[in-house]
Amino acid sequence: MLNRLLSHDLPRSRVLAVLLVAIVLALALTPFLVPGVKALNVAAKVLVFIVLVASFDLLLGYTGIVSFAHTMFFGIGAYGVAIALTRMGPSWTALAVGIACALAMSFVLALAIGLFSLRVRAIFFSMITLAFAAAFQTLASQLSEFTGGEDGLTFKVPPQLQPSFELSSTPLFGVDLDGRLLAYYLLFVVAVVLVLAMLRIVNSPFGRVTQAIRENEFRAEAIGYRVVVYRTTSAILSALFATLAGAMLAIWLRYNGPDTSLSFEIMLDVLLIVVIGGMGTIYGAVIGSALFVVAQSYLQDLLRLASEATSGLPWLSALLSPDRWLLWLGLLFVLSVYYFPTGIVGKLRSIKPRPPQPRPPAGQVRQSAALK
Amino acid sequence: MNKLDFDWKPLVLVPLLALLVLPFIGSSSTWVTLTVAGLAMGMIIFIIASGLTLVFGLMDVLNFGHGVFIALGAFVATSVLGAMADYTASGSLWTNLLAILPAMVVAMLVAAAVGLAFERFIVRPVYGNHLKQILITMGGMIIGEELIKVIWGPLQIPLPLPEALRGSYYLGDAAVQKYRLLAVVVGLLVFAMLLWTLTRTKIGLLIRAGVQDREMVESLGYRISVLFVGVFVVGSALAGLGGVMWGLYQQNVIPQMGAQVNVLIFIVLIIGGLGSTTGALIGALLVGLMANYTGFLVPKAALFSNIVLMMAILLWRPQGVYALSR
Repeated sequence: MLNRLLSHDLPRSRVLAVLLVAIVLALALTPFLVPGVKALNVAAKVLVFIVLVASFDLLLGYTGIVSFAHTMFFGIGAYGVAIALTRMGPSWTALAVGIACALAMSFVLALAIGLFSLRVRAIFFSMITLAFAAAFQTLASQLSEFTGGEDGLTFKVPPQLQPSFELSSTPLFGVDLDGRLLAYYLLFVVAVVLVLAMLRIVNSPFGRVTQAIRENEFRAEAIGYRVVVYRTTSAILSALFATLAGAMLAIWLRYNGPDTSLSFEIMLDVLLIVVIGGMGTIYGAVIGSALFVVAQSYLQDLLRLASEATSGLPWLSALLSPDRWLLWLGLLFVLSVYYFPTGIVGKLRSIKPRPPQPRPPAGQVRQSAALK
Repeated sequence: MNKLDFDWKPLVLVPLLALLVLPFIGSSSTWVTLTVAGLAMGMIIFIIASGLTLVFGLMDVLNFGHGVFIALGAFVATSVLGAMADYTASGSLWTNLLAILPAMVVAMLVAAAVGLAFERFIVRPVYGNHLKQILITMGGMIIGEELIKVIWGPLQIPLPLPEALRGSYYLGDAAVQKYRLLAVVVGLLVFAMLLWTLTRTKIGLLIRAGVQDREMVESLGYRISVLFVGVFVVGSALAGLGGVMWGLYQQNVIPQMGAQVNVLIFIVLIIGGLGSTTGALIGALLVGLMANYTGFLVPKAALFSNIVLMMAILLWRPQGVYALSR
């Protein structure tokens, strides 16, 4: 059952499996385990990032394409929800219309960019997407009557997801059953479904072909796969999942602006997470996002302490300031590209369990393997 | 490249664009002002982009961290010009140039030194792997930007033009800013030096030969690896110089400027054809002109003008105007 859910792509490492179970449980029970608004916000952000990063992994890890326009699709999803809910009022219909329009727009854009530039070399594609993303960000902040410009849009979500909505007046385990909780669990369910769907895609025959293209484009073409078609399909799928992640973000924040969903910083974050977590694993997105967002939200306090402790050495103190945490992350990123090209997940998977000492006869080994 | 088979078509693009826009602008003096401003801006963009196109054309390394060297050059210039405030405040042109010249030299030296380290620790392990190059140099860019924030602080720093370079000369009704003339001179110098070095000197010959067939040149007893490091360092130094020019042009610098300029440079390189010096010049001039014309005609569409331009060029020549035959 579980094996089928995970598309036969099991974690293949005990530590990784434990980590994944811990993260899923923690996310499922956050409202009941950790009281407070901040924790819930962090958990919701983790959910959004898991979907966003996993969708980027489809492209980078499984197809070997570096695109810098990923936040563009993320932003389209967020703006789709924001604009629809602003214009049509807070209803589920508006939400559905917004998401549908956003998906359609992402589909068209991804198809256009893909057909236009995936024929050329990887480098060209990266550069073109970078230019596109910059242009789109400008567009979003220029069309102010439509997108709210630099200020963005603040809107109301459907009534069942508003904080004022009460599911029942009696708290469960000391937690109010309000609309925020519902919204959180909506995000949780959507994230789980989307991640499983992506696992399904990368373990399908289609996913195998994209990996073949990643490994050796020339050979894949020679076998008879039409590389451009597969690459474009991969780019479109990845864009659609990113759009849904954007919609999740907008539903949770009840606000969207150019800096929240379109900024280049988010693109860099996604790139860092996918590489540190592990390219081409999907699980890397889960582990990486959880680590990254929690670190971003809580580790900066540690940095602040370190910075204050070293205030006698202004240089060190400046380096350790919480505003500079990207510096350390960037270093980690570079090191991980060199030393763990497969990221945390790949590293965990490559650690073999120690052979039992002393070596038993061969028959027993086979038996113990069968027992596993 | 001999004179007979020289591809002249891209060269016509620049005057063609200028002439096409003329009827839309109406008054000829405005057109001259805009055109000169556009060409000068193009020259600055060329200086910024030249280092990247050099490194890519010769080493096949795409440095996404190129923007950091530009930002570095600009920040070094703020420090140097800040320290030479007496020179910049005086009204005489020569005294001002005496301040700008050291700023440029120091910026180039600092950028070159950082480029040396960057090549050694960031780029060297990933030669020949484009995917990793993109990731690694992007990481290098993040680190560089953060370090700039550590040294100079995260805020915007003003970089005012020296006294004598402010204001404009007037040709009839058309105004030409003095600083832009300087930019044109510096840009042409850089362009001439690059072309001359690559086509008329032994070093250039060796570099081009090394690109064609590295093993052969090495077997003749030349150290290609040293040459290539030199190319990367020169590319970084040019970025530092471009940073000074760009910073003075904007009159302020922010740590994020590297990432902002990156987009612009990439558009220029895509238009010009990756790795071609002449192509980069044409691309930069086109982008500069386009930015000024659209800024005057449809101010809101400034950034899109570049994208539209890029699309149009790519439809005509999918590899850029001067594609390298690789």
